[in-house]
Amino acid sequence: MQDGALSVFLQQLVNGLAWGSIYSLIALGYTMVYGILRFINFAHGDIYMIGAYAGYFAVTPRPGGLGLGLFWGVLLAMAACALLGVIIERAAYRPLRNAPRLTVLITAIGVSLLLENVAQHPSVFGPNPRPFPDVIAMRTLHLGPVAVSNLQLLIVGASLALMVVLQLIVNYTRIGRAMRAVSYDRETAALMGVNTDTVISATFAFGSALAAAAGVLVALVSQVEPLMGIMPGIKAFVAAVLGGIGNVPGAMVGGLVLGVSEYMVAWHWPDFRDAIAFALLILILLVRPTGILGTGAVEKV
Amino acid sequence: MSRSLWHRVAAPALLLALAALAAGCGVKKANTIRIGEFASLTGDTATFGISTRNGIELAAQEINAAGGVLGKQVEVLVEDNRSQTTEAATAVTRLINQYGVVAVLGEVASSRSLAGAPICQRNRIPMITPASTNPAVTQVGDYIFRICFIDPFQGTVMARFAFNTLKARKVAVLFDKSQDYSTGLADFFREEFERLGGKITTESSYSSVSGDIDFKAQLTGIRAKAPDAVFVPGYYNQVGMIAKQSREIGITVPLLGGDGWDSPKLVEIGGKALEGDYFSNHYSVENKSPHVQAFITKYRRAYGDAPDAMAALGYDSARILCDAIRRAGSTEAQAIRDAIAQTSGFEGVTGTITLNAERNAVKPAVVLQVKDGRFRYVETVQP
Repeated sequence: MQDGALSVFLQQLVNGLAWGSIYSLIALGYTMVYGILRFINFAHGDIYMIGAYAGYFAVTPRPGGLGLGLFWGVLLAMAACALLGVIIERAAYRPLRNAPRLTVLITAIGVSLLLENVAQHPSVFGPNPRPFPDVIAMRTLHLGPVAVSNLQLLIVGASLALMVVLQLIVNYTRIGRAMRAVSYDRETAALMGVNTDTVISATFAFGSALAAAAGVLVALVSQVEPLMGIMPGIKAFVAAVLGGIGNVPGAMVGGLVLGVSEYMVAWHWPDFRDAIAFALLILILLVRPTGILGTGAVEKV
Repeated sequence: MSRSLWHRVAAPALLLALAALAAGCGVKKANTIRIGEFASLTGDTATFGISTRNGIELAAQEINAAGGVLGKQVEVLVEDNRSQTTEAATAVTRLINQYGVVAVLGEVASSRSLAGAPICQRNRIPMITPASTNPAVTQVGDYIFRICFIDPFQGTVMARFAFNTLKARKVAVLFDKSQDYSTGLADFFREEFERLGGKITTESSYSSVSGDIDFKAQLTGIRAKAPDAVFVPGYYNQVGMIAKQSREIGITVPLLGGDGWDSPKLVEIGGKALEGDYFSNHYSVENKSPHVQAFITKYRRAYGDAPDAMAALGYDSARILCDAIRRAGSTEAQAIRDAIAQTSGFEGVTGTITLNAERNAVKPAVVLQVKDGRFRYVETVQP
């Protein structure tokens, strides 16, 4: 039996929201770093890739991996990438704290290429894609006209939970208050006794951990591969700008809008799936440069 | 160093040194015949390259053990193109200009054969593709050959199988728009299926080159039209993910495909989602003919696994090339080319190979089904 247009629309909406929540998770890392340092961390997509590999090795049965459960696999990947994010910031970005912004931007591209090419080396991850082990038996639930898989529910649920945790951290903890202060005015915050280096490290740790979680969740339904971070990295950057760069709820909204748009476009015109993200980017920059939820002046990056 | 000194002495000296180096590389060792292979040893379709290389290596070892060709040993030089079209062109250029090979074997993916073929044609170096099925490959010129069937036939095989054997009347097509192989096979399938009276419900695409890993938007559109089967003429890596995701969103009808499915990785990626699906291929390991079984035993002893079709075609391509060099009686390119063109009734592992005027082989295809994670023989279709 053929499905009506409305039920297909609802189905694509659900699929798009699940996919978009991945973009939201990655976009959060871009937006948090931008909020504090006014700088786009172009290596962020590659941290997502490393996160996916960390999750892959954590859940792959011994002797190829650690044979952990998915929950611990995700946590381990998040911890590993938080550490990696802090190391990258300390080694590559901190020495350039007072350098022209363009220098840091180019350094970020350099870090990105370094991670991609090191990962492709046969003695690291190797260039070949690897299927993710089947840690969860896939089941499909039918809710009225819409079919949702347990994997999609897991992606949405985990993303939402992580975003809630992040909001709680940003709004109700000491480090969160410090982050908001630094993002408002770094120098004044420093004068008030906020250790800005610690805050910046924490920001990279949180953002990288979220990217790692996104990487594992995507790998779960596809595969891991050294260049898997490039496209999602760029798309999530678009999502961050779409929602309003520097704005945490904006990154979430931007990711969901982008995910749903992609699905609606790919449904009828699969050729334009990647184009829609950039069309949206151009549109938002023309119509509302501060993004959907963004406020304040936009600075040249 | 002053500028004028650089111009007068150093630069010409450097050029001379480079020229000497290039010439040195081009010199053929008197006692070997150099054959080049360009293959995807790594990347998205790594098993294609690894299998063909293994097959070619096995053939070369056997030929050398039996005394070589024209009293010389055969030396196979392999260049990896990382499953990328641009790298394929670079690899072929290097094989010809730097290593001075007398003939080139490769590729599996039609897009990459199409990148390498014009370079071979321009340099008048014969090229045999073991497994590229897109008709355009051998149309590049009179130095380009293939020892497998072409997609107008393969598309017909699957269209007829869907219509006659599966009794499917409505089929959706999901192809890889970034691979010439996939777009071509999708076209030929549609043509024949509609000619038989079937209906294509949805035609949708994805791009392996852009790194697509999420296909649910296209699959949801396909599911909405309730087809009897879905034709997915892509390469194994994406097909595995498509199989998983199609079951995830509730598509239960069989998926159909072509020889791009043939990889030990397919089932590793797609798992149970592929059970019961069908694809067309060049040969089956279940073929009981003694020389096929002898090849399978030898291959298994050398590499541990049963050979897939790419390995079998690689093996056949190297043997046909060496046979042609032997018949030509020289390693001169024109003579080798003419000898390959006259290949007739060659008993290969993948069937009896005769090259026609279009430099293609006309061979039967087999249909295989994924059952318990293995590829089981279903039927043979004659051209």
